[in-house]
Amino acid sequence: MKNSIIESIEKIGWPRIIIGLFLASMFVIAPFVGVSVGTSISDVLVRFTFNGVLVLSLLPMVKSGCGLNFGLQLGIISGLLGAVTSIEIGITGFLGFLIAIGVSIPFAILFGIIYGLLLNRVKGDEMVVATYVGFSVVSFMNMMWLLLPYKSPDMIWGYGGTGLRTTISVEKYWFHVLNDFLSFEIGGVYVPTGGFLFFALMCLIVWIFFKSKTGTAMTATGSNPVYASSSGVNVNKMRLVSVIISSIIAAIGILVYEQGFGFIQLYMAPLYMAFPAIAALLLGGASVGKATIANVIIGTFLFQGILTMTPSVINNIIKSDMSETIRIIVSNGMIVYALTRRKKARG
Amino acid sequence: MESNEVVLKVENIGKDFFGNVVLKSVSFEVKKGEVIGLVGENGAGKSTLMNILFGLPVINETGGFSGNFFLNGEKAHFSSSFDALDAGIGMVHQEFVLLPGFTATENILLNRESVKDNFAVNIFGDRLKHLDREDMKKRAVNAINKLDVNLDPEMIVAEMPVGHRQFTEIAREIDRSSTKLLILDEPTAVLTESEAEIMIKAAKKLAEEGMSIIFISHRLHEVLDLCDRVLVLRDGNLVFESESENTNPREIAESMVGRSISDFEHTERKKELQKDLLEVKDLWVAMPGEVVKGVNFTVKKGEIFGIGGLAGQGKLGIANGIMGLFPSRGKVLFKGEEIPLNNTKNILDLGFSFVSEDRRGVGLLLDEPIDWNITFTAMQAHERFIVKYLGGLLKFRNDKEIRKEALKYIDMLQIKCTSEKQFARALSGGNQQKVCLAKAFALNPEILFVSEPTRGIDVGAKELVLNALKKYNEESGITIIITSSELEELRSISDRIAIVNEGKIAGILPPSKPATDFGLLMIGESNINGEGEIK
Ligand SMILES: Nc1ncnc2c1ncn2[C@@H]1O[C@H](COP(=O)(O)OP(=O)(O)OP(=O)(O)O)[C@@H](O)[C@H]1O
Ligand SMILES: [Mg+2]
Repeated sequence: MKNSIIESIEKIGWPRIIIGLFLASMFVIAPFVGVSVGTSISDVLVRFTFNGVLVLSLLPMVKSGCGLNFGLQLGIISGLLGAVTSIEIGITGFLGFLIAIGVSIPFAILFGIIYGLLLNRVKGDEMVVATYVGFSVVSFMNMMWLLLPYKSPDMIWGYGGTGLRTTISVEKYWFHVLNDFLSFEIGGVYVPTGGFLFFALMCLIVWIFFKSKTGTAMTATGSNPVYASSSGVNVNKMRLVSVIISSIIAAIGILVYEQGFGFIQLYMAPLYMAFPAIAALLLGGASVGKATIANVIIGTFLFQGILTMTPSVINNIIKSDMSETIRIIVSNGMIVYALTRRKKARG
Repeated sequence: MESNEVVLKVENIGKDFFGNVVLKSVSFEVKKGEVIGLVGENGAGKSTLMNILFGLPVINETGGFSGNFFLNGEKAHFSSSFDALDAGIGMVHQEFVLLPGFTATENILLNRESVKDNFAVNIFGDRLKHLDREDMKKRAVNAINKLDVNLDPEMIVAEMPVGHRQFTEIAREIDRSSTKLLILDEPTAVLTESEAEIMIKAAKKLAEEGMSIIFISHRLHEVLDLCDRVLVLRDGNLVFESESENTNPREIAESMVGRSISDFEHTERKKELQKDLLEVKDLWVAMPGEVVKGVNFTVKKGEIFGIGGLAGQGKLGIANGIMGLFPSRGKVLFKGEEIPLNNTKNILDLGFSFVSEDRRGVGLLLDEPIDWNITFTAMQAHERFIVKYLGGLLKFRNDKEIRKEALKYIDMLQIKCTSEKQFARALSGGNQQKVCLAKAFALNPEILFVSEPTRGIDVGAKELVLNALKKYNEESGITIIITSSELEELRSISDRIAIVNEGKIAGILPPSKPATDFGLLMIGESNINGEGEIK
């Protein structure tokens, strides 16, 4: 009896139990400090749907042994290129969203190939190199956003200037195209059904992929590359494929984020997108070498839950707006916590 | 130098891994200067018991243990292995615990380096002391000399043959002057017989100097040679205990498995082998520590061909080279056709299969379940256990077939596990070895290379594995090339045995030749040339 309790705790992991309890306590406190529970739950659900895919995009690279993708910006930028191109074309609604995805995929493949080849040359130091790649690409794109010949008045600096704005609204194009699909309200809680369905679809695709022959080889490559290559698997190719897939999912992920959030954020914004995604995955119980779809789902939920709840509850307690500061403290605090509490891979 | 002073007293130790009871209630004593032999089947719990004594974190992480043990009369509470080291316990693990990128010297003296003062020490303290490389080398050489082996103190561990790695580990424990109780968990499994003798001699010397030793091994004659007393572990209990003088290998073996064991008999092949299957011409392999420098031999279809020799002479390089795991050149003909070297996928496609001597490094996916470990290679190389859709465009794992195959081998090789989903890491050493064999069998190979197939396997399982190889050979006609450090094992199953010395084949003999002939070839004292075959 005692054993089975310990075993199930071990299985879920202390960090998740503690943070889960913390999150639950936030919901209990909320009504007493004047925070509406219904709105809070809606917020958590919405944020969950628009961040989930980005977190999911980390999975293939972790599985193939390339580690946590600190170069997530690369995939994100492919997505951004798709987004601005779609707006330039000017088609609205779901079709516009699909066009954005369609345009971003070739970019993601191209960037993924270059990035993957690079990572294959620096085995063992992937995460350090990835961080540099992320930073460099964002800097490079800072120039490109100014130079690229986009013309749509919804995107360029006002009064006929050149270059793209830092934030571009998607209000007129595909705002909430996923979230509002089949969405409904129940007891003051808004449920973004379409967002959930899309996230579930992406998870399903990834799950199916890892049941395939290639997916299995990819997992084995991450688990023990020597074993994989003695079984005739081309280890470098597997890693390359995983980077490409990660980039594609990240590109789709950022588009999902934008349709939920309402804005395309260019220039420095992508720089800050890798950390929260990685934090969520770690929080979900993944490690540098192993991750599952369950880790993605649990991690995204807990991370977004805390990130939504803590600032609003604390704000209402101290009666002044500190949400941004608190958000930063909480999210970075959680990264540190997840990293220290992570069960180290036994070697 | 045995005295009556009790160094270690173990009282009713029990351990389960989440309900899987491994040790029930084990009690025994070790006196000063006494050498205890601990034997038992694979998975009997020997390593687990030793891990408890050494305070390894796995034990706590998996729910701790019951019972107590006392060192020099004091109850021991180890929260980590550092406490155990402080209390005077040293351990050589069954699996290597070395830093691969460091030299022998650095590994031997890890955390106990010789240091020199410099000016910064006065300001910032001891952590800034310089390493005294000269003195370190002296101490390492000293420890190595005690073992009486030929080990280069400057060699990087990653480049060493397994035997040398083992000596590095043992030397590390010897250098610790405070060690009172030394635990040796299958130290000889990776050694050749002559190396094992050296090791045993060194252990005897340490015992004479007053060190107590617990020695684990599956080679029973070694245990009887070295130990004063033998303990047998079965089903979580000590079932047999005897002074070494009053027992014999057979008695021990039978109490280990709880049934009687027959000797493995070599049977002559009834029909003559005809066709040449594999022809190796002037093969060179750049495997660090096991370099092959131009070997020639031919293997007949359906033959069991043995390759023996001392560690570091290149016997292991041959299979590794042909399988494409290390760079090689030369000519290899399979059914008369030349096959490209350095291409593992291609070799697997042709129907080759390989059981590596390095089971944790090459042979296993430690963090994946048993069924994956067994079927992965066959899935990737031969597309077995796959369901195809859209005319082969989409290929998926067939989890049901995978499970079936895994269960088949778990049963056939008697792999001791909780289920086919248990991670390979959580298996005992011997059972991991069986998983490696199952993986090779699952390929349904035409030609099978096995290196050190019975390393770390208990007597009962050894019989099982050798019989399985033999049966496979006889029934499905597959050709087997077996590389082993144990001459007796080679002689019991092979049709012919090649002995490798200094990277070349010193001679090929039938198993019926006396052991001394093989011995002379191994040390390069015989003047049969590389091609020569004595009939
Ligand atoms: N970390 C673990 N988690 C779960 N089960 C474990 C773990 N370590 C060992 N076991 C189980 O405990 C049993 C005993 O293993 P142990 O390694 O002590 O055997 P052993 O006697 O040393 O065998 P061998 O001769 O093969 O080395 C095995 O059945 C194994 O599956
Ligand atoms: Mg063991």
